[in-house]
Amino acid sequence: MSLIKFLDQFNDEELDSEAKDKFLSRKDALGKLTDFSKKLALSAIPLGAMAALSTPAKAQSTEDLIGVLNYALTLEHLENEFYAMGNSASGLIPSGKDADIFMQIGKHEQQHVDFLIDTIDTLGGTPIEKPTFDFTVGGAFDPFNVYGQFLALSQAFEDTGVRAYKGQAPAVQGVPQVLTAALAIHSVEARHASEVRRLRGLKGWITQDNRGEGMPEATQAVYNGEDQTSQLGVEVTSVTDVDADGVTEAWDEFLTMDEVTTIASLFITS
Amino acid sequence: MSEANKNLLDTTTSKGLSRKKFLKYAGTSAATIFAFGLVACEDDNPMNPDPDPGEDMVNLGSGDLGILNYAYALEQLEAAFYIAVLDSAYSGMSSEEGQILEDLRNHEVAHRDWFQAAISSVAPNGIIPGLTPDFSTVNFSDRASVLATAQAFEDLGVSAYNGAGQLIENTDYLVEAGKIVSVEARHAAAIRSIIASSNTSFAGDDIIDGNGLEMTRTPNDVLGIAQSFITEQIDGSNLPQPQ
Repeated sequence: MSLIKFLDQFNDEELDSEAKDKFLSRKDALGKLTDFSKKLALSAIPLGAMAALSTPAKAQSTEDLIGVLNYALTLEHLENEFYAMGNSASGLIPSGKDADIFMQIGKHEQQHVDFLIDTIDTLGGTPIEKPTFDFTVGGAFDPFNVYGQFLALSQAFEDTGVRAYKGQAPAVQGVPQVLTAALAIHSVEARHASEVRRLRGLKGWITQDNRGEGMPEATQAVYNGEDQTSQLGVEVTSVTDVDADGVTEAWDEFLTMDEVTTIASLFITS
Repeated sequence: MSEANKNLLDTTTSKGLSRKKFLKYAGTSAATIFAFGLVACEDDNPMNPDPDPGEDMVNLGSGDLGILNYAYALEQLEAAFYIAVLDSAYSGMSSEEGQILEDLRNHEVAHRDWFQAAISSVAPNGIIPGLTPDFSTVNFSDRASVLATAQAFEDLGVSAYNGAGQLIENTDYLVEAGKIVSVEARHAAAIRSIIASSNTSFAGDDIIDGNGLEMTRTPNDVLGIAQSFITEQIDGSNLPQPQ
């Protein structure tokens, strides 16, 4: 059964007007999501629709969804251009392991850009244009000539990406296909972050709110708030014997859209 | 030692105590419990499953509680695994590997203990008990066996959380799952990286598709894999299911 047929089974008069409004906007979004959903390798369409119908209170407007997706697209553009420039800068990235790692990461960021553009198109939205980036931040950095700076910015971008996607999970909770896709990108960013951090000689995870050795002070905003030890009202250090450092490592914290925008804006000129 | 043998997880989860008592106890002699947990495992034979036939079925429950129990079961499994790994460290474990495995143990124990406390506080009668791991297929003295199992558990955990996200009703729980899954992904990348089958295995094409999306698994798929490492029969039939 196609998604549309499935949704059409639900008769309008069975729904009160408020529920109908929510339902119809959902139905509209989901209908447009059909093509996009086919691309979700391991997520079947009808189940997404079922879950969506069972949670009308979490309906999100298509407009809101597109806003969140364009926000994600902005960050993916930033990462994608950063790696495209780094990977093509002669003599920057050592050949072998390092080059392989950044080619793989760059590949994923390009895929994320393409996927998000496609998704936004499918939803009937307009993908934002790629901003103009300045990765030197007005000349303060020289990441495409100094490898250490490239590595440091890579770490900052990946750790930011993880926190940014995490922060938007509630905003896309009502549309299971989008939530699942966002989670599936989110964990890829976390894998990137772990690898780049380890390449820099750090742990793959974030201890307290430490940005880590060699990270410019300007990147501290990426790590602020990572030292939280209370989760869902439970002070974790009081229910486990793992120390506070370990507890802060064991949970990644989210950043709000405003916080991420402030960080990303450093690198966006227009 | 027989108590520890009986249930590896119980050595640090205080099964049988109410949460309030546990907290009080943990507050006064937390280090003792943890130390006991680790020491008690020293002569453990994790390959010897609990033969008690009375506790061999565990129902995860339904709704968000079911999903929380599902995650708690996986965290128990991971914690027990790393405790056992460090309890009988394979020879030739590098300092880097030792540090990573110790961190992973601490993170998974913290997750496990937090789930235990968090679920107990909202559903004291609905929380699943401490599970009995069955690591009979793991050769703890063999680096390759240990790391391959670690990779399997971490990749499984990521795919499980990613797949469960859409089944969660409570937004706060979804956020918590998001906070944990990225740490599991960091683990998975690190373990894959030290196995070093290839330079790109940390985020390999075997688990990430052509759209740059990581694999997700349904609870049924995950439990089908996890079951072989758990002595009790896990019943996930009441969990919210993707249909």
